[in-house]
Amino acid sequence: MRPSILSRPPSTLRAVDVLSPRSLEAALLLKAERPDAVPIQGGTDVMVELNFDRGRPPTLLNLNEVEELRGWSRENGTVWLGAGLTYTEAMEPPLSELLPALAEASRTVGGPQIRNRGTIGGNLGTASPAGDAIPPLLVGDAQVKLVSLRGERVVPLHEFIVGPKRNAMSDDELIAGVHVKPVSGRETFMKIGPRNAMVISVVSLALRVDGDVHAAFGSAGPVPTLVRASTDDVHTLPERVADAASPIDDVRGTAEYRRHALRVLTKRALERCLA
Amino acid sequence: MNIELRVNGEPRELEVWEGESLLFALRERLGLPGSKNACEQGECGSCSVMLDGKLVCSCLVLAAQAQGHDVVTVEGLAEDGNLHRVQEAFAETGAVQCGFCTPGFVVATADLLARNADPSEDELREALSGNLCRCTGYAKIFDAVRLAASR
Ligand SMILES: Cc1cc2nc3c(=O)[nH]c(=O)nc-3n(C[C@H](O)[C@H](O)[C@H](O)COP(=O)(O)OP(=O)(O)OC[C@H]3O[C@@H](n4cnc5c(N)ncnc54)[C@H](O)[C@@H]3O)c2cc1C
Ligand code: FES
Ligand code: FES
Repeated sequence: MRPSILSRPPSTLRAVDVLSPRSLEAALLLKAERPDAVPIQGGTDVMVELNFDRGRPPTLLNLNEVEELRGWSRENGTVWLGAGLTYTEAMEPPLSELLPALAEASRTVGGPQIRNRGTIGGNLGTASPAGDAIPPLLVGDAQVKLVSLRGERVVPLHEFIVGPKRNAMSDDELIAGVHVKPVSGRETFMKIGPRNAMVISVVSLALRVDGDVHAAFGSAGPVPTLVRASTDDVHTLPERVADAASPIDDVRGTAEYRRHALRVLTKRALERCLA
Repeated sequence: MNIELRVNGEPRELEVWEGESLLFALRERLGLPGSKNACEQGECGSCSVMLDGKLVCSCLVLAAQAQGHDVVTVEGLAEDGNLHRVQEAFAETGAVQCGFCTPGFVVATADLLARNADPSEDELREALSGNLCRCTGYAKIFDAVRLAASR
């Protein structure tokens, strides 16, 4: 090995173990044995932590070789998204026609390199208030399937995300994927940021009009949040969305701006979906 | 730990630290310094490589995740001693100042043109949105992409 400014002192290089199971069953066995193992899928969140030495998990559970977590399918009127589904895959038809808001949101995530690796399961694992996959999944009534050796359980997405960067997963569980209702009416996703690419949203909004109206916002409270309305009272929706938000002032924007932007986005999204 | 993978068409076996990135392994273990390290957080694209035919930031792939997979770096684009047409176009248009971002742009452009032979202006901007250049202001880089696409 050549000397390099990147070299880390060898004494600190021993702490991590990587496990690469080839099936979901093997992954669950390992997770039960090593509950402190950190799953890594696309690595677009986990690797940043590792590269900057913010965390040194004793064990990394590499899920890339687990076939069962990949891809998507139709199941009894719902769409099944494997936890390993990438943003690039979510942007491709026919999936993008079944879940257009998720496809639009996916297209705003990072740049092509990030979208080729980053996954829906990873976005749920990170559970960031700014996670862009979350508002589109909320308006699609997403149900998160968690699996462990003990069995499986299904948790509605709004109950799965319990706080900023906190979710309802137990130590021995993995996210298998989510069931989402395909859109029958119209839906859209909008995100505010200083560029069209490579931005963490200042605020984001997904809206689905299909019988009822469902709006979900991100980056305007501790967790992405769903607001429902009937088609009769849509005119009050922009205000109700702004009221449901509890934004903060931070480097990306002020609370006041975020509330304002949510009103504007909700109005625009309604125009788009009701046109 | 030991990993085996294909790099630029050749099988390689190497010893890596479990927590290191593919970028580190390529540069420091395999002596392939073409992929650059500028941010180590996926923001700049200077470490772009193809992993199983997909454009990725090698700084965000765990080296151990590349076990058994196929990696092509900027060093692997030239064929039989001839530069890839994207490399030629970058040289001809002078799309380079300090050159630090160039390998990443070259790999991302080669990926774009392999998928879309005649990209529109919007398509090329979107395809290169994950790559940052601090010097050129992008005009010559986009000229290079158009030139490569025209050949
Ligand atoms: C440059 C850059 C730009 C970005 N831009 C955006 C953006 O615009 N919008 C956005 O929302 N995000 C963005 N992100 C964040 C990140 O890309 C997303 O959160 C992505 O969805 C993470 O997926 P991943 O597969 O890479 O996750 P990983 O990093 O592999 O994992 C993320 C978390 O989820 C856990 N996890 C992963 N899979 C599972 C599973 N199956 N079961 C249980 N836990 C699991 C991991 O343990 C970890 O805690 C960006 C990141 C970078 C580096
Ligand atoms: S070094 Fe990998 S994206 Fe900047
Ligand atoms: S030429 Fe210097 S960063 Fe692009």
